[in-house]
Amino acid sequence: MSPTEFTPYTGLIGGILIGLSAIVLMAGNGRILGASGIFGGLLTLNFNSDFVWRFIFIVCMLIATAWVALFNGMAQQMAFGTTSLTTAIGGVIVGIGVYLGNGCTSGHGICGNARFSKPSFIATCTFMVIAITTVYVIRHVMGA
Amino acid sequence: MQKLAAALAGSLFGAGLTISGMVNPMKVLNFLDLLGTHDFTLIFVMGGGLLTAMIGYQLLFRRGKPFFADRFDLPGTSLINAKLVGGAALFGLGWGISGICPGPAIAGLVFGYSQSFIFVAAMAVGILAARFATNGHNAS
Repeated sequence: MSPTEFTPYTGLIGGILIGLSAIVLMAGNGRILGASGIFGGLLTLNFNSDFVWRFIFIVCMLIATAWVALFNGMAQQMAFGTTSLTTAIGGVIVGIGVYLGNGCTSGHGICGNARFSKPSFIATCTFMVIAITTVYVIRHVMGA
Repeated sequence: MQKLAAALAGSLFGAGLTISGMVNPMKVLNFLDLLGTHDFTLIFVMGGGLLTAMIGYQLLFRRGKPFFADRFDLPGTSLINAKLVGGAALFGLGWGISGICPGPAIAGLVFGYSQSFIFVAAMAVGILAARFATNGHNAS
């Protein structure tokens, strides 16, 4: 593990931009901003109108990420806490989880809670508690 | 016009994830490690996003209809079951192991680290496996 700086101001600004993104997608297309749902929708290879907007969303998301990183040096700050194997294991579990649970940090955590959805509140509490417990076990019990 | 909204929303989402530092898995792990590393940035990101969306949604839902679609496409409230809780628990486990959730995973691809590609490919396998196992009953 390596320390990262506590950055509440850029955190808040970034959070507000994510909130605005959710508003734009709901205002324009009437859709929840859920990263796992948008990505999962592309995996259906069902080339309908939903596929088109999801594809455009992902492409613009990648472009914006690259642009902002030019200014804040994010490419160099990136640090992974896992090996290739544990990254792969984590990825598969995340994939199964977001499919069965119908959402992730964006869809449930931000959008669902923003519209006072009870399932989203339950999902958010569940994944937060489990994620915090998992990190506690890995770092402080197993000592990795 | 739906394409334009998606382009704007995608750009805002990518910018937000990058400005906040949430694309960096270590930053997320250092938040989840409440007793250890004390990087509480994630709470400000979620709080800022949640409050902003809450205000915007209230105004939009009062309007009754999106601008470029027939209706708001919202999941119902009858979804509280073992699958929701079990799925969320699994997601929490994978998130805790890796420090990566789907949005930052995809955004992080632009930096070209092999770990990012491994994660997104593995996540796709997980989604497709779960879809196959449930016969696609959970289309999201």
